[in-house]
Amino acid sequence: MEFFRIHKDIPFMKHALVFNVISLVTFLLAVFFLATKGLHFSVEFTGGTLMEVSYAEAPALEKLRDALAKEGYQDAQVQNFGSSRDVLIRLPNREGMETGKVSEKVMASLSALEGGKPELRRVEFVGPQVGKELASDGAMALLLVIGGIVVYLAMRFEWRFAVSAIIANLHDVIIILGFFALFQWEFSLPVLAATLAVLGYSVNESVVVFDRVRETFKKKRGLTTPQVLDHAITSTISRTIITHGSTQIMVLSMLLFGGETLYYFALALTIGICFGIYSSVLVASPLVMWLGVSREQFIQPKKEKQEAVV
Amino acid sequence: MNRYPLWKNLLIGLVLLWGLIYTLPNFYGEVPAVQVSSGKATLKLDATTAIKRVEESLAAAGIQHDGLFADLTSVRARFRDTDTQLKAKDAIEKAFNPDAADPSYVVALNLLSASPQWLTNIHALPMYLGLDLRGGVHFLLQVDMKGAVTKRLDATTGDLRTLLRDKNVRHAGISREGASVVVKFRDAETQARARSVIGAVNNDLQLVEGQDGADFKLTATLTPLAQKTIQEFALRQNIGTLHNRINELGVAEPVIQQQGLDRIVVQLPGVQDVAKAKDILGRTATLEIRLVDDSPGSLESALQGNIPPGTELYSERGGNPLLVKKQVVLTGERLTDAQPGFDGQNHEPAVHLTLDAAGARIFKDITRENINKRMAILLIEKGKGEVVTAPVIRSEIGGGRVQISGRMSSEEATDTALLLRAGSLAAPMEIIEERTIGPSLGAENITKGFHSTMWGFIAIAIFMCAYYMLFGLVSVIALASNLLLLVALLSLLQATLTLPGIAAIALTLGMAIDANVLINERIREELRNGSSPQAAIATGYDRAFDTILDSNVTTLIAGIALLVFGSGPVRGFAVVHCLGILTSMFSAILVSRGLVNLIYGKKRKLEKLAIGQVWKPGL
Repeated sequence: MEFFRIHKDIPFMKHALVFNVISLVTFLLAVFFLATKGLHFSVEFTGGTLMEVSYAEAPALEKLRDALAKEGYQDAQVQNFGSSRDVLIRLPNREGMETGKVSEKVMASLSALEGGKPELRRVEFVGPQVGKELASDGAMALLLVIGGIVVYLAMRFEWRFAVSAIIANLHDVIIILGFFALFQWEFSLPVLAATLAVLGYSVNESVVVFDRVRETFKKKRGLTTPQVLDHAITSTISRTIITHGSTQIMVLSMLLFGGETLYYFALALTIGICFGIYSSVLVASPLVMWLGVSREQFIQPKKEKQEAVV
Repeated sequence: MNRYPLWKNLLIGLVLLWGLIYTLPNFYGEVPAVQVSSGKATLKLDATTAIKRVEESLAAAGIQHDGLFADLTSVRARFRDTDTQLKAKDAIEKAFNPDAADPSYVVALNLLSASPQWLTNIHALPMYLGLDLRGGVHFLLQVDMKGAVTKRLDATTGDLRTLLRDKNVRHAGISREGASVVVKFRDAETQARARSVIGAVNNDLQLVEGQDGADFKLTATLTPLAQKTIQEFALRQNIGTLHNRINELGVAEPVIQQQGLDRIVVQLPGVQDVAKAKDILGRTATLEIRLVDDSPGSLESALQGNIPPGTELYSERGGNPLLVKKQVVLTGERLTDAQPGFDGQNHEPAVHLTLDAAGARIFKDITRENINKRMAILLIEKGKGEVVTAPVIRSEIGGGRVQISGRMSSEEATDTALLLRAGSLAAPMEIIEERTIGPSLGAENITKGFHSTMWGFIAIAIFMCAYYMLFGLVSVIALASNLLLLVALLSLLQATLTLPGIAAIALTLGMAIDANVLINERIREELRNGSSPQAAIATGYDRAFDTILDSNVTTLIAGIALLVFGSGPVRGFAVVHCLGILTSMFSAILVSRGLVNLIYGKKRKLEKLAIGQVWKPGL
């Protein structure tokens, strides 16, 4: 089997501007959604109590809400989770509330209700101080990843590659976040992990292309920079698609079989992988071109003999 | 050229064999077991005698066991099925706790790995499952360090008052103001004298002179070093106290760990009763010092059932009965420290207690009035008292420094000191994170994680074999060995496997195939450009190496960042992700190359490679 039978290098660079405009628009849209809608942070970030209870028969959510409101939790969010028999309850932290005891009180009032007895599946309680730390730790992790990758690529390749790779891939991260903002999917710790993993993963994609660029510059003379880039992308496109396809198979499997806990994690990865291909091939490469990459940067400069001045 | 030297083949073989051995324990699953551990802080479990007792009780009840194990704190017995396990639990319970109302040992149901003994002997243990996979409660407790320091400052305030009075330094008031103790004086001369007096005795304090209107002030704050010591001590003592309390919950494998500077993680696998767990974590045990009733005849009559009024009957650690007065002389709140050490004169092991100023005064009075009588130090837990030690008072003891010595081994001294300290929490704690996972959800999570990895792997395997033929098969074998090594490494490190960890395994496998795709594509490309099959293999692997290295390093950077800054689920993800990148480098490059070399290396005239169709432009 051979999927990719390409006769000539595909002139990607001819349409570089178009790709970048598309990217820019998507990016701006993502920023727009982030700004207007914001992320729907999970309880880990906001602090609060999250409970998952399961019933033998589907309960009436209205009744549960009323019971909780009577206990003084008017701001409780009650919704179905997965099936109609599973219920998810979210309670924000409030000043003066004995936060550690919320879950017991809620369980007591739910058990007192008529109808089936609830079974407690999961409780997560996060105090207000923890959430803040998580947000700052997340930001630090992001900075460390960006710094580390830029330094490594600048060492192994050239600063132009480092800068374009990181711009292209940060744009992936923003787009993932944009999706989460647009659809108001829950942004939890595993999603944060997935987002950062995507950052590492799609840089890896750019690296493969850049590696080819460097090789082509060294080996083939007489090609213009856009031609070199076209050649590099064309000769790695088969690998790009197959690798990402394989990773996507895994992620898809998680999406299908992983249950609710892994669902958003896998979703973030899916978006990351799709945009990862696009951005590292069609965004990073033009950026490198515009930053002025050229053949001379990869060929050992010959030592010029100094002429003696008589 | 496509042959590995023998040592390299051997090395790959050995590494894979190692991976297989250390992965093995994970396949045996778990068998029901019963665990016996000490239920009281004052009681230490002696493994050899405990094993004998368990064996005897099981033999007496006619129950067969599948092996007995002992470690420092517990004895465990494995059983064939849960029925036997339950029967055995009853039998052992009866043997160890004859008095059901006052159990001295905790007999708990547990699960043990079913892997054979030889695997356990080489420390090949199954992976440790996180709470989200086995169910249980997780707490993150914040220790109130400010509270610990305040407590110490309050004690210091009293100490200073006593000190200045003893040395006849007249002050105009001592009070604690925030994080410092302020002493006021009428004139500068007394201020200077007080300064030298305090400085001579206490070197934990930083003294600053000042003036407030007509008053002269001396502001004492704790030195940074002293503060650090107090905080470390508070954390250690709280962890110790938690250990003792959790023991009584009968949890099989509790995790109690320090996290950061001022936090403690408590994980209780299998515990469902969150309310009880919280109650026990928050409860305070107290220490009491009382006098022993030594009046002739009273102990005898008490043993016959006529306990004299105002007294209570206890037994000493050795088992001797002891009649103790109900009146409490001192409580543990007055105790600031207890350390094991040695007697200054005869170098016998001893326990050194430090009381605060008020406690010292009371202690001085009591000891003066009761020379040659005995006093008892009791630990009150769950409303029940236990005599830790009952020494004889030899002389009046002032200054708040008390030494308990005589008939003690140094180990006993250490234990007693620990017990005396363990009574209370050094600083208040607050639950700032709680996670409870039901057992059914845990089992579901395992199945879900396992299924997603398995189906993903199968799909990739089918695709690779179809697309790259024999080379695809080699890639799949390399990927499988990656999985093997990763699981072996996780088992060896006893890293905690969580659901995000399983996700990381799946994701790592999905990413690891990249290296093999790179190699296979390179080989095809070389063939397309007209290289001979053998040369194509060699250059394919060589050229792909640089790319694989670069791409893995960048992925690793992201992984390490997650490891450094991640907590909880993110950390579990990051550990597996990072390890997976390392094992994938080995398997994708060395294992796959080794296999290809074994298959093609010896063929001199190789016409074709089974790498799937290689399409050439122009044909």
